[in-house]
Amino acid sequence: MSAYTPHSEADIASMLETIGVPTVDDLFATIPATLRQQAGLGLPAGLTEPELRRELTSLAARNAGADAAVFLGAGAYSHAVPAVVDQILLRSEFATAYTPYQPEVSQGTLQSVFEFQTFTALLLGLDVANASMYDGASATAEAILMARRVLPGRRVVWLARSLHPQYRATVATYVCRLPDLELRDIPFGPDGRCDLTVLEAALRDDALCVVLGYPNVLGVIEDVTAAASLARAVGALTLTVTTEPLALAMVKSPGASGADIAVAEGQSFGLPISYGGPGVGLFATRERYLRSMPGRIVGETVDAKGRRGFVLTLATREQHIRRERATSNICTNQGLCALRATIFMESLGKQGLREVAWQNAQKAAYAAERLGAVPGVRRKFSGPVFNEFVVELAKPWPAVDAGLRGQGLIGGYGLEPAYPELKNCALVCVTELKTKDQIDRLARALQEVLS
Amino acid sequence: MIKEIREPLIFEISETGKRAVELPALDVPEKKDLLGGVPLRRELEGFPEVSETEVSRHFTRLSQKNYCVDIGIYPLGSCTMKYNPKVNERLSGLPDFAACHPLASEDLVQGSLEVLKRLETYLCEIAGMDAFSLHPAAGAHGELTGMMLIRAVLEARGGARKYVLIPDSAHGTNPSSAHICGYSVKEVKSNEKGTIDVEALDAAMTDEVAALMVTNPNTLGVFESDICRVTEIVHAKGGLVYMDGANMNALTGIVRPGDMGIDVLHINLHKTFSTPHGGGGPGSGPVGVKKDFVPYLPVPVIREKGGSFALDFDRPATIGRVRSYFGNFSVIVRALCYILTLGPKGVREIAEFAVLNANYIRKSLEGEYHLKYTTPSMHECVFSDKIQKEFGVTNLDIAKRLIDYGIHPPTMSFPLIVHGALMIEPTETESRRDLDLFIDAMKAIAREAKENPEILHSAPHAAYVSRLDEVAAAKFPVLRWVKEP
Repeated sequence: MSAYTPHSEADIASMLETIGVPTVDDLFATIPATLRQQAGLGLPAGLTEPELRRELTSLAARNAGADAAVFLGAGAYSHAVPAVVDQILLRSEFATAYTPYQPEVSQGTLQSVFEFQTFTALLLGLDVANASMYDGASATAEAILMARRVLPGRRVVWLARSLHPQYRATVATYVCRLPDLELRDIPFGPDGRCDLTVLEAALRDDALCVVLGYPNVLGVIEDVTAAASLARAVGALTLTVTTEPLALAMVKSPGASGADIAVAEGQSFGLPISYGGPGVGLFATRERYLRSMPGRIVGETVDAKGRRGFVLTLATREQHIRRERATSNICTNQGLCALRATIFMESLGKQGLREVAWQNAQKAAYAAERLGAVPGVRRKFSGPVFNEFVVELAKPWPAVDAGLRGQGLIGGYGLEPAYPELKNCALVCVTELKTKDQIDRLARALQEVLS
Repeated sequence: MIKEIREPLIFEISETGKRAVELPALDVPEKKDLLGGVPLRRELEGFPEVSETEVSRHFTRLSQKNYCVDIGIYPLGSCTMKYNPKVNERLSGLPDFAACHPLASEDLVQGSLEVLKRLETYLCEIAGMDAFSLHPAAGAHGELTGMMLIRAVLEARGGARKYVLIPDSAHGTNPSSAHICGYSVKEVKSNEKGTIDVEALDAAMTDEVAALMVTNPNTLGVFESDICRVTEIVHAKGGLVYMDGANMNALTGIVRPGDMGIDVLHINLHKTFSTPHGGGGPGSGPVGVKKDFVPYLPVPVIREKGGSFALDFDRPATIGRVRSYFGNFSVIVRALCYILTLGPKGVREIAEFAVLNANYIRKSLEGEYHLKYTTPSMHECVFSDKIQKEFGVTNLDIAKRLIDYGIHPPTMSFPLIVHGALMIEPTETESRRDLDLFIDAMKAIAREAKENPEILHSAPHAAYVSRLDEVAAAKFPVLRWVKEP
């Protein structure tokens, strides 16, 4: 008997007697004997808690670089997380509850999701938001599938080449099984923004949507307003994808810039990087497209006594009602991660989020200037950036990276594997957690490595 | 605990100038012209201003309006709401895991890669499959990934085919996942035992059928005893068999899907492997496959060579990426901890005690509640409200009344083949004492249905809210707070 199966021998005996079978094995009689495992599973023998702690601590210790100064972002960002966020997440009432199908005993989860939906809609500048998607990448794919429901018959998806490569790959996986859709690239120009002249010349009335990173994977803030007006001119939708939602505390919101659907990865809002998962997909759109939106939605209502309460609503879009005609197959989403993001946004609040965003922009601007002055380093793109920017180096990135590592620095994300045209280029991320001293150290180390 | 909690929305208690967080002063020279002149937003309109005390109390109060596994039995059928071991929570957040960046070079992330590889290996052993991919974020995501793999394999064999067969007892995600993958769905009827009708399957299985999606045990909690015959029929016509592993909790250490002829399956770590549901995620839905499918697995795949681990992106036949990075890593750590704690004996005991508990409930409530299918139960049992209907009482009334007894209701109105269903899955982590509390409450409710049905119609009486108007919620959707003008 393990700690998690609380049955005494006497319990087992009396339960078997109630059921009317002599042994537990008899309960498996409907499984053909030939299928039943005779030998035990080939797994290591069970561990006690102290042994488990040792085992996992030693596994974790095989990761290295925790004490390095990390300038790596590209979709996964380290930000300061107030202790109140982690503390509330310890509450079993949130962590060990199921999806709130029984609203009378789930008001805590439901109201939190309602607040999350409000934050998402406010941040993205759109009317309505859902209760979350798996991550930013799958949310992007789902947004394109949603666009297809809104504008059936249109076939061309214009995808910014500067959208995060893993998001582009995820979109390709979802979309290439749909013979009626075609993906085409929007190239980027010397400013790191989508080349809208190329887009304008190519857009036809077969265009389904234009998909932009905001900011994109080059760290550059796109001109969403201009792109959206081009899309609108041919009747297509505009989708924005944000991997660093903190930027949206400063720049004009996607909705206000003309986006019809906006998605984001919410990891920056209080979630540990945790080797890239779990994150949380933020998803918002205009009210008129509400019924085409994927995912769960919480709505406000009243109980039999007229008191305010919250319920899962508009379920007729969803798989458990609509089955194969549902707007998405998504069921379990990222509930607890959405709660984290909600507590984070409430803690930082109206002023705090602005200030953190401002510090990110300030420090990145300082770093860009500082690194740009190092011989052999060139700012690759002239477009506006938030907390990431691309540098072109006089030597190949792997060699530079190795040199920086030797000095306790993890310098950035080498772009060449995903973008062969960006030879010797790396994306450098500077969040509020980087000190001036660390930035200066990076500049000095680069100088040394490149000399 | 306070009986009445009226907790406003955080937006409604916001007051100008309050804050919960102070930042250190900026330590670099301040620049005036930030962001190169792009249009900025004037303010984060609508965002609240509150103190830390208020944030903390707000969520603590909200939390008290939730039922959870740590309070008591949570017998949602098909959801496997088992206890979530506490040490796993701690270990999943170890700083060297929490700070590990997914784009850091391989030599810096050997520990994380080993975690992934070890869980893959253990899941292969438990499910009898040749390889696992841990990328999918939840069960439905695993289904989608699995169906994409089936499509890829069939395309390589000459054609993707048109149809997917799905039993009428299946979860709604199955037809939806098949549909997103470009397949048309054909339903296969169940027989009087509640299992797949083998003759009907034989008739429906043509060379236009890509796959059968099967849940075993099915959603009635019944083991598909003819499963080997079923997989033979599908394979004979060149089709493939997908298994929804939502109900793996009945099988661990007893029987392996791979031995039943299953080609592809997903497992829910947030069910069978004890990771918390979090009020609706994050989950994790690893996909297991047989050898032939390996070239098509999502990228990247983890390779082990001489004790070190590498990410393999060079896989020309892959279906591609199904998400960013490598899966819901911290969920995966918890599941690994669980398997390491239980060992082979403990993993088998999952199924043994889950099935013992379900059968104890079934036997104790037989006669009080109607059992449409009398086929032996595995890890869950499905009653209906047929007996109580005579007194005008529905499964909804029964479910809501359970709340007054301090117990979370079972799954209702599913599977669709049982009208007025009450689908009960206790899991192995409930003691006999907790099972008896549930059984006694269900018996008391059966009595009340006869003697005092009104108290059931108006239940719950002891919750923070009574029944909510779901029709109005859908008809006049209010989906977010809006600042009053």
